[in-house]
This record gives sequence, C-alpha cells and structure tokens, in this order.
Amino acid sequence: MMKLLGYFFEIIRGSWITCRHFVVNMWFHTLKVLGIRTKRRGAVTIQYPEEKKEIAPRHRSLHRLMTREDGRPRCVVCMLCMTVCPSECIYIEAAEDSDPEIQKYPKKFIIDLSRCCFCGFCVEACPEDAIRMDTGKIDLATYSRENLIYDLNRLVG
Amino acid sequence: MGIDWLIVLIKIIFGLVWFLTLTLYLTWVERKESAVIQDRIGANRAEILGLRVLGLFQPFADAIKMIFKEDFVPSFANRFLHTLAPFLSFFFVAVTISAIPFGDKIQIAGREISLQILNANVTLLFVLAMLSLAIYGIVLGGWASRNRYTLLGGMRGAAQLISYEVALGLSLVGVIMVFPSLNLQDIVYEQGELLFGWLPKWGIFLQPLAFLIFLFAALAETKRVPFDLPEGESEIIGFFTEYSGLKWGMFMMTDFMEIIIVSCLLTTLFFGGWQVPWLGPDGFHFPWGWDWFLPRWLVVLLQVGAFNLKVFFFCWFQVLVRWTYPRFRYDQVMDFGWKLLIPLSLINIMATGIIMSVLQ
Repeated sequence: MMKLLGYFFEIIRGSWITCRHFVVNMWFHTLKVLGIRTKRRGAVTIQYPEEKKEIAPRHRSLHRLMTREDGRPRCVVCMLCMTVCPSECIYIEAAEDSDPEIQKYPKKFIIDLSRCCFCGFCVEACPEDAIRMDTGKIDLATYSRENLIYDLNRLVG
Repeated sequence: MGIDWLIVLIKIIFGLVWFLTLTLYLTWVERKESAVIQDRIGANRAEILGLRVLGLFQPFADAIKMIFKEDFVPSFANRFLHTLAPFLSFFFVAVTISAIPFGDKIQIAGREISLQILNANVTLLFVLAMLSLAIYGIVLGGWASRNRYTLLGGMRGAAQLISYEVALGLSLVGVIMVFPSLNLQDIVYEQGELLFGWLPKWGIFLQPLAFLIFLFAALAETKRVPFDLPEGESEIIGFFTEYSGLKWGMFMMTDFMEIIIVSCLLTTLFFGGWQVPWLGPDGFHFPWGWDWFLPRWLVVLLQVGAFNLKVFFFCWFQVLVRWTYPRFRYDQVMDFGWKLLIPLSLINIMATGIIMSVLQ
C-alpha cells in the first residue's frame, strides 16, 4: 500500500515538472508576443534557415583549394591527400609545370562529395597547405548526384 | 412538426461543427503544448500568403496532406472490412456529442430549445454505449488488415477497453446515486444547487473518489500514451499499421474526438457542466448576500462560455498527461484496472450508499 502511495506521489510530481515547464515557457512566450524583451527565451529552438548558429573555427565544412599570388592552385600533385583519403573520393590528374621549382600542377582535381566523409585527413596530409576545409558552407544538399562532384573550378572559386 | 425537425438539424450542425473544429485545433494544441513543455517552439511553418500566425494553419496543411495521400489497401487485407473500420470508429465517437448539454434551455420566438441535441432520459448510458462500440473499429481494423501486429494491437485494444469499461461504469454508479438521473442535462441541473449554502454541489465535491477512478478509466478509454497499448509505437505500431491517407486520419481524429468527449463528460459529471458557481437563471446570487442581476442572454452566454472553458481545460490537461508519462506495460495496465480501480469503485458505491442512508 505504501509502495502504491509512493507511485502516486511520483506520478503527481512528474506532471508537476511538465506543468512547471509549460507555465514558465508560456510566460516568456507571452512576454515576447507582447514585445517585452527578456534575457531568457521561452524555447531553445534556433529557426534554422533564417537563423544560423555560428560555426566553430575548427569545424570541417566544404573543401577549398588555396591559390598562389598569381591565382594558380598551390597544389603540387604529391598525391598524399588522394592516398590518405579513406573514402577514395579525391581524383587528381597531373600536368607538367613550366616552372622547375613547382614541377607539377593539377590538370584535374575532383572531389566527389557524395562519398566524402569529412574526416579532414586530406587537410592534415597536405604539405603545401593547398587544401582547407574552412569555407563554413555546410548546406551541400542538391537534387542531383552530379552536382556533388566538385571539380577544380568550383573548389578554387 | 417541420420546425422541430429543423431545430434538431440546426443543433446537429452546430454540435458537429463545434466538435470537428475543436478536434482539428486539438491537433495543433497537442503539437504546440508538447513543444512548450519540452522547451521547443513547435509547428509554425504553415503559411497562407506569408501569414504564419503561430502555425494556426497547420491543421489545414495536415488535412490537405492526408486527403491527397495514396489510400493504400494491402492485397491480403479484407477490402470491405478494412474500409469499414475507420468509419465505424469515427461514427460511434462522433454521435456521442449529441448527448452533451452545452447550456440551459433558451427561449427563441416562444419556443423552448434545450442546448442538448438528444434530450432523452438515457443520455449517459447512450454515451457509454457508443464509446464501448467504438472498440469495434479498432478490432475490425486490426483483424481486417490480416497482419499479425495489427491483430495484436486490436486484441490488446479490446482487452484494455473492456476491462476499463467496467471501472468506468462502476465509478459512475456513485454519481448516478447522488444525482438521481441518467440524463446529463438533469445531472447538470442538480449540480446548480448549493451545499451548506455556499459550496456548489458539483460532482467533484460529492464524489472525489469516483472522479479519480473515472479520470484514470477515461484516460485508458482514449487509448493515448500512458495507456496506448493498442498502438504501442515502439513495439507493435498498432492496429492502424496498414492504414494510410484519410483512413488513418480518421483513426487519429477519433483519438482526438475521444479526448474531447472525455473532457465533456468530466465537465458534465464532476465540474457542474455549464453551471457557473452562484449563477442562477436571473443573475449571480453570492453566498455573502450580494445579488447581481443579469439579462437572460448574458446568463446563457456565460454558461456556454463556462462549459467551453472547462472542456478546454480538461483537453489541455489530457495533453499534459500524454506528454508526461511513459507507457504502462500490458500486465501493469490489467493489474491497475482489475485489482485497483474496480475494487475502489465498488468501495465507492458502498460508501456512497452508507453515507446517503445515514444522512436520510
């Protein structure tokens, strides 16, 4: 019998908690509707497409290729990123550069984002700091798979 | 004769419009209230011409979506019964609104009109009978789908509703003893009197135990979360697994309509129905001797408003309950019904009888 009363007490306590949340949040919602600004908000929701949360500096987002002063990509086609990539989503084709200091430049540099797992190994492997993942662009969804294949133009741009 | 039929027709239309509008917006209330309880905002994206107004258009968006979804019937199902089930379920709950008294009698052009669609002597029994028949929709839906899980859901629903029907009926015996009538309108009239000259003679003050039993049993009757065994989202998905589109929507509407009917019954039987404390037919008569006379139309308006307010409160309360408690296990539900609620309701009948015979 005492156990039963204990359950009953807990049932009432449970509804007290939800009721308190309801009343407190409703109070702050009402204040907001009336135009009174308070420090506390009625909900923790961020209305995503309109409001965006600030992305942390170390967040790994869409890749970009860095360029030299003359606008050509910094990449020297050492193939380290292509080798380290666990999803095998990077494809590079080399071409000979006229500058003997550089030797090679990428004729094609393709990242297939439909396979990329955003591990960031390519960024860590790169000896020339040619590839970075700091564009802050995270809404990459598109309607076709072809749109997810990023070539040199889109990566540099 | 003709004008009587017209009056009944108008009352039915008003009753159904009230009922279905409230049902539609209860879906909105449920989404918003659960959101506020969980520190969220809730559905607010449905818009018409750039107007969002707290997501108030959401029920219409949902309705349009459900109407235009594919109405899928599995090839192994019994097509006729599969289609019949949601209609049965919907119909038996929809007719119960005819028994609920919305207000006092009103006089229009020398005619006395009771604000209750079906003014018969057995309205309380009528509501209980129709609510019990509503389980046929569940069992039929579960059986006609020819799916093991829907059948399980249907059987669970039948077992649960039948066992709680007993407690529900027994808890109301005490109420019927105190207010000697089976007509809900008469029960409301009885509750307009005063106890000790100041306390409204509401069912909650005369039958507190019956109120608690009725509350639990009625929550079980609505088959929503603490008692949602026929559905059991996380284990068997429920009796409407094989339903889609508008037919599924009718099952969902039935759930919400049951909430409203239960709220109406709680209000009518235990919280004075449309009675406002100390408000007589000609105005307020406060127990401390003040009188405040009001015109007749204002009194009726206040009473209908009070009824609506009480019903809204209980709808709110049931949504709160649904978003607070986890589901009972099947054996716990059966234990709770048979071993606690039914003995308690029998004790309540005994105690009521003894107290009444002592007081006489």
